[in-house]
Amino acid sequence: MGIIENINKLFDHRIRLGIMSILMVNDDADFNRLKELLDVTDGNLASHIKALENAEYILVEKQFIDRKPNTRYSATKLGKMEFKKHIDALEKLIRK
Amino acid sequence: MSEQDYLKDISEIKNLMNRSSRFISLSGLSGIFAGIYALIGAGVAYFFLLPNQDYVTLHSWNFKMLVGLLIAVAVLSVVTAFLLTTRKAKAHNAKIWDDTTKRLLLNFMIPLVTGGIYILIKLNSQHYGLTAALMLIFYGLALVNASKYTIGNVKYLGYVEIIAGLICAALPGYGFYFWVFGFGVMHIIYGSIMYFQEKKQ
Repeated sequence: MGIIENINKLFDHRIRLGIMSILMVNDDADFNRLKELLDVTDGNLASHIKALENAEYILVEKQFIDRKPNTRYSATKLGKMEFKKHIDALEKLIRK
Repeated sequence: MSEQDYLKDISEIKNLMNRSSRFISLSGLSGIFAGIYALIGAGVAYFFLLPNQDYVTLHSWNFKMLVGLLIAVAVLSVVTAFLLTTRKAKAHNAKIWDDTTKRLLLNFMIPLVTGGIYILIKLNSQHYGLTAALMLIFYGLALVNASKYTIGNVKYLGYVEIIAGLICAALPGYGFYFWVFGFGVMHIIYGSIMYFQEKKQ
């Protein structure tokens, strides 16, 4: 069975895994909230967000709040599905 | 990656999900206190304000006292919950007023305020019969709605309140007892379960 197939390379990194974990249980989150929760630098977070965005696992929405730019991130259906598969695979590996 | 790494991943995921979505969950103690206040309030109402077991007329002194009592129970519960939760947040080094809290409160307030206004309108047109049922139902809906923003089990409390409210609506005349069950007994049971779960962690 393809347990190893379901281990998603994209989630093989603490920060990307973290971003997805947060977006699984929140409708959306903005950059600062992610930064605060994950305790990472701007550049580092931005590059991991980009990776997830390119895979279409997360959706990026730019808007203005009080004339200040604000970017909100949310998980896409694909992202949620892939994340669930990944977690299931992790659990199976551990139980082995 | 080794098994250890996978385990670490999973605990990291759990931790982040909790921290980011859970409004550190109201402490179980606040549920217990809310239940106790409700029982005391109900006791006062039972022994002092509903002496002859007849219906209470609107705009009477008794009715105003009942409303005052309800408000006092609600305010005391909210203040206690706020103080205990702030204390818990400080202990966990978490911020209490962030996005999650705001969303939680908003989603909790929408059904609750709707229900409150609806009950007031009903009371104004002399329909007091279903007040307890409506309070239980709308409170239950508020809990279920807010539970989307918590990891805890508050939605089950919500389901129980809704079901109690519906049964109450079908059995006119027993509103008082259902109210005591829903707001008093259930809060204490739920709060105790939460409290012991917190202790275990």
